[in-house]
Amino acid sequence: MKFLSALLLTALLAFAAGLYGILPWWSFAVTSFVVALAIHQKAGKAFLAGFAGLFLLWSILAFLMDSANEHLLATKVATILPLGGSYWVLILLTGLIGGLVSGLAALTGSYLRQSPKS
Amino acid sequence: MRIVPFLISAIGTAGLIVVLNTQLPVGGSKTPRLGYFLSPQQGFWQNAEPVNASHDGNIKLAGLKGKVDVYMDDRLVPHIYAENDVDAYYTQGFLHAKYRLWQMEFQTHVAAGRLSEIVGPDRIDTDKFFRRMGMVYAAEKTMKEASKNKDIKAAIEAYAEGVNDYIKKLEPEQIPFEYKLLDYKPEAWTPEKTYLFLMFMSYDLTARGVTNDLKMTNARNYFGYEDFDQLYTNVQDSLDPILPKGTVYSPASIAVAAPTNVDSLYYGKTTNGGTAVAPVVPDKNNGSNNWAVSGSKTKSGRPILANDPHLGLNLPSLWYEVQITTPTHSTYGASFPGSPAVIIGFNDSIAWGVTNAGRDVIDYYDMKFKDTTLEQYWYNGVWNKADVKEEVIKVKGKPDVIDHVAYTAFGPVMYDASYKNESTKGKYLALKWTAHDGGQGLQTFYDLNRAKNFDDYLNAIHKWTCPGQNFVFASKTGDIAIKQQGAFVARWNRQGDFIMPGGDNQYMWQGIIPNTENPMMKNPERGFVSSANQKSTDDTYPYYLGAASDFPVYRGVIINKKLAAMSNITAADIQQMQTDNYNVFAEMARPALFKFIDESSLSAEEKKYISVLKNWNLRNDIGEQGATVFRAIWDSLETAIWKDEFDRSPLPLPWPDEPILLDIMLRDSVYYFADNANTPDKTETLQDAVVVAIQKATKACSALEKKGELAWGKFKDTRINHLLKIDPLSRLHLPIGGGVHIINATTKTHGPSWRMIVHLTDDIEAYGVYPGGQSGNPGSKYYDNFVDTWAAGKYYRILFLKKEAAARNTQMKWHLIFTNS
Repeated sequence: MKFLSALLLTALLAFAAGLYGILPWWSFAVTSFVVALAIHQKAGKAFLAGFAGLFLLWSILAFLMDSANEHLLATKVATILPLGGSYWVLILLTGLIGGLVSGLAALTGSYLRQSPKS
Repeated sequence: MRIVPFLISAIGTAGLIVVLNTQLPVGGSKTPRLGYFLSPQQGFWQNAEPVNASHDGNIKLAGLKGKVDVYMDDRLVPHIYAENDVDAYYTQGFLHAKYRLWQMEFQTHVAAGRLSEIVGPDRIDTDKFFRRMGMVYAAEKTMKEASKNKDIKAAIEAYAEGVNDYIKKLEPEQIPFEYKLLDYKPEAWTPEKTYLFLMFMSYDLTARGVTNDLKMTNARNYFGYEDFDQLYTNVQDSLDPILPKGTVYSPASIAVAAPTNVDSLYYGKTTNGGTAVAPVVPDKNNGSNNWAVSGSKTKSGRPILANDPHLGLNLPSLWYEVQITTPTHSTYGASFPGSPAVIIGFNDSIAWGVTNAGRDVIDYYDMKFKDTTLEQYWYNGVWNKADVKEEVIKVKGKPDVIDHVAYTAFGPVMYDASYKNESTKGKYLALKWTAHDGGQGLQTFYDLNRAKNFDDYLNAIHKWTCPGQNFVFASKTGDIAIKQQGAFVARWNRQGDFIMPGGDNQYMWQGIIPNTENPMMKNPERGFVSSANQKSTDDTYPYYLGAASDFPVYRGVIINKKLAAMSNITAADIQQMQTDNYNVFAEMARPALFKFIDESSLSAEEKKYISVLKNWNLRNDIGEQGATVFRAIWDSLETAIWKDEFDRSPLPLPWPDEPILLDIMLRDSVYYFADNANTPDKTETLQDAVVVAIQKATKACSALEKKGELAWGKFKDTRINHLLKIDPLSRLHLPIGGGVHIINATTKTHGPSWRMIVHLTDDIEAYGVYPGGQSGNPGSKYYDNFVDTWAAGKYYRILFLKKEAAARNTQMKWHLIFTNS
């Protein structure tokens, strides 16, 4: 239950922070960190919840925008980057990048809360 | 708290963010900030425009005086209906920004020498080049002068305000894709930027001389004037000028006198001149076709006008289609993102189009300075004070670069001790250019948009100074006309073809040819007018037009030949003609080649390709192998004839143009340059050169055939580059024929940038297409949706409607309403 709430809250707060274009793209690192502080889990689980929250948020958002766009832009960007022109790989990479930053931030939050013994 | 793991993971998180928030160098370029770029809420995904996106809108803009309705048709062309002119330009600015903001700013950054600011130190030389040409100086000067006209000032200011209101409404995540890729932000638009953009066009269409004059000087020094004048002859045997041969001209009102010392100091000068190859050179093929046929030659009895300006093909396109309708005028055509009004188009009374005049309006003067501070230069027998301007070039990620440019009575000193290459050593070359002389900028187009008849047209174009153009005209009332108009220098023979002495005032320009003496033709007996960048007149015109290499010959020949033969013309006939791939140069050159081919001495493989050439239908259609074989042999022949001799010069020389070699071949079979300079014991003839050329071409063709690239379309491989030359944002391998010397002048990266045909019927029957799309966003389906139509030689029927009709028209898909409250 804790895992799922942490995941959902991570995604929700990241989405909310992302609505403000003047905030930096990485502002979700702060919210993911705070979620891990508030909903305490062991390091591994905290990382996973943080990772999954952003991985899902970013890849789903990317997927939706890409579908509506019929892959026009993603195909071009996936050739520039270069990812062999695959919009799927680009969507997954997007999720992965968001997930990693968020997961690490959550891990940091978890360690801050954890006592050495527990 | 577990302090060590906490610290490690905190540092790890921060480190990862820093890496993802930095532009990392990869190869020669830099990545975007990956975290930002990939963020779906901020990065590039935001530019992935839904294919069914609505372009409707209710937009409140405080700067408007009244209400503006914009109907967007199914090609995303806006039809602007405004209650007054200023509102119309305000809206045009807003729409240009909405669909083309990045390109507008990028192009004006290039013109202003500010490229390093966004892409880094690699482009410092390009920036210096444009600044040293005095681009900003000239833009400011033109703005000052043109702003004396209140209407122009108001139009350009309203336009700027429209752009800025769009930028102000732009959420950070909505900025165009390229800003995110290169990681910078849009800045405010200013009226000066419109003038900078127009300066860029002046550069693109008149500045070949900045390189050419240096190379020509080298060639004169290398060969000596006598040989030079023969080799780079100004005689063009095949020329069919814009005004037919035999036209009678009144004597020159400016009696141009060549300097008394011209033989020793200018023609005969043998010391080494300077040379430098500019980092950017306007394309040699920048040119265009335009023509108008009178009602006597058309099926309807009404004139038809056609225009296709040939420029570098880019995405986003240079052009943006628009209809502007106000109580004073109703005009449709291609506009420049960056400038108000329509540049090439028509209104409900007339149509107009332009091709480049190609006249030489840019010269170098060799200056003497007192010392390296460049503060004093020798002119008119005294030391004169130069105005030294400091240029601060901002460089992305690096400290500013400071450059100093001295301004003389001629113009800015382009090359000096601090900006040179090994072969310009010791030279101070000042640039004199009509683009530096102010002028009325946009006034001509502003007036053409509103012109009702021939007199209005003439008054409008008489305000045009630079870049000189051939303005073609047709009206509903049945007039057709063409006039070469611009500020053209009254020159003595070869004046300005080479670097001129700057200390001697005899070499100064002696005047600008009065408008009334510029070549003009109205309603000629033959029923058509045309231009294709060829010389405007024969040699009886009383002023020197410029070096022959500035004027391509063959497109003009074929256009006039076709028009003379046609009758009962329809718009469909003109479409076919505008996209025609017939190679008239090859028609003349092929028999000239065969004169020198001894078929019995050819190998089997050579025979095979010679037979392809023989059986070729002289069309550069995509599937024709003969077109490739012809090109391969001709290029090899030029190499065989020129290369050995020209490679001996330590400084770059221009190769004589194709018409020169062809004329030589047609005239006689003995020629000095055919002798290979590298085989002193043998005297080669043109025939030997042709043999060598066929051998080389056979090798090349055989290699192409193995790769499956012998067909002309595959060989030519036309592409439309994104302005940043990023392949995935460009369109590659386009199936389109044509080429140099062909009406469909499409080469690899260059060609008809806007094809327009206007039949001046009561309702105006007009067609247009350009290789791009109305949206500059690579994430929009309107980014390149015209490209295939263009490549296929097809057109869109243009919607030119009154407001009430537009509101009802089913092709109008969206409605944007602009109000001030």
